[in-house]
Amino acid sequence: MESAITVQNLTKHFGDVTAVDHINFSVKKGEIFGFLGPNGAGKTTTIRILTGLLKPDGGTASIIGYDVLRNPIEAKQCIGVVPEVSNAYIDLSAWENLILIGRLYGVSSHKLKENTTKLLKDFGLYEVKDKLVRGFSKGMKQKLLLCMALVNDPEVLFLDEPTSGLDVESTRLLREKITQYNRDGKTVFLSTHNMEEANQLCHRIAIINHGKIAAIDTPENLRAQSMELQYIEVLFDKQVNIQEISKNPNISKASFAGNRIRVYTANPSAVIEFLVEFAKQKRLHILSLNTMMPSLEDVFIKLIKEKEVMPV
Amino acid sequence: MSNPAEQFRRSLVIAKKNIKIYYLKGPVIIFGLVFPLFLALAYIIGRNIPLEEVLPGLIGMTTFFTATSVGPSIVPWETRSKTLERLLCCPIALWTIIFGDMVSSFLFGLVISVIPLLYVLTLNIELLNFIVLLFSLIIANFCFSALSVLLSAYPPTDIPATSQMLSSLVKFPLVFISGVFISVEQLPEWGRIIASFSPLTYFTDLTRQLILEKGYYPLALDLVMIVIFAVIFSLAAIKLHEKTLTKRLS
Repeated sequence: MESAITVQNLTKHFGDVTAVDHINFSVKKGEIFGFLGPNGAGKTTTIRILTGLLKPDGGTASIIGYDVLRNPIEAKQCIGVVPEVSNAYIDLSAWENLILIGRLYGVSSHKLKENTTKLLKDFGLYEVKDKLVRGFSKGMKQKLLLCMALVNDPEVLFLDEPTSGLDVESTRLLREKITQYNRDGKTVFLSTHNMEEANQLCHRIAIINHGKIAAIDTPENLRAQSMELQYIEVLFDKQVNIQEISKNPNISKASFAGNRIRVYTANPSAVIEFLVEFAKQKRLHILSLNTMMPSLEDVFIKLIKEKEVMPV
Repeated sequence: MSNPAEQFRRSLVIAKKNIKIYYLKGPVIIFGLVFPLFLALAYIIGRNIPLEEVLPGLIGMTTFFTATSVGPSIVPWETRSKTLERLLCCPIALWTIIFGDMVSSFLFGLVISVIPLLYVLTLNIELLNFIVLLFSLIIANFCFSALSVLLSAYPPTDIPATSQMLSSLVKFPLVFISGVFISVEQLPEWGRIIASFSPLTYFTDLTRQLILEKGYYPLALDLVMIVIFAVIFSLAAIKLHEKTLTKRLS
């Protein structure tokens, strides 16, 4: 499949600090690509390079075949950007903000009015279209930013923490709209801290830490790579000594999770057999028993920790 | 997409946005309207000088202050509100933004500086050449606008008041050495040398020639020098903003 975004050996230094360190990845057309990492990992720097706000110190990046350094205008013509911090003009109305951005993208007047009306209606902002953005709530501003990013009908949409600090309803609406936009064959580059969001929306995820890519794969494959992180939660009808359970060689770690016992294992079937046998021997009743796959958050923390303990 | 004509069209979109947002901002009103008005009143009231003698300096001062009042604020304001980042993510070159800022600053200066010009027409004051005066007013406004946008480039601050204050540090001495209050020929030798580095000198000298039929430099030289300064300031503004952009965005 053709690439919407290609990044090769991209590097950016700020003084002695290497914010982005020779990273490589490509995003396929029509894909929702998640970019995960802790604070200061290099996520925003990468987005700022891809959206033309920063010049890299090394490497190349292209969007829909346009090099962001050599053909910045053409590359930016294909994108829409929702930044982390709201940057709509607060002294203009919602309508004026959209018209301004549309005109800067060279969208024809007729098409621009059509797009603006549709977007404002879709996002529930049409009733307040003539109000100054100054009086908008955070949720309304965030919806407006997404409208502004979509007004030119871009091929690639960059989203930097789009649902950060939003209420549940606004978050759900924004996620729905992102999915809907992607269903039309458009590409989404999503930078987020929110594992659940990445898990729900993304086809593939890159995990970045200390400016380097720690892993790139589908959420399912990332979880499968960390099978030792899967666990079983069991609830007995009586208190048990956790030490006795920990002795089983298939159990890497056992701990209490509320009134349940959580046991980590790479071999769940053997551990289930053991727990059933253990219950019989101790005359206990198993009230509940669940096998849990590792969450994306578990995988994320594992990868970040692995990279941190790796010798330099 | 990246052709100059299209970029020029987009810079007019930027200018229109600036007009909507910045023309009514406090510092613009203070530095662009209130300040030149009171300076002009202080210049006129209580001095027993014929109006024709006052007009060249008055036109020069009004044009200079109004055309330089919008430019210093826009980029710092947009840096602070992060809207500069929004613009830079759009398919426009940095020169498109800078040129748009110059155009909005230019239009503000042009509209206000037409007032003393109308005054000239109402009083039926004889002019050597009205078309030349109008043309030079346009060129001078653009030149001063470019200077004001240049002054907003360094230091790359996000505080509009800082930028206004620093630009005032340049603007005020220029008014005093540019033949606004004292004509160039009345200045001492060293004053004339310094005055020759100011674009306002040539504009004031030009208006003096057109209204009073006496000037220090040839009329053509005045015009050429204003054009040269306009080109230098425009290019320098673009280059300096390019240079300081990374720091501004960090």
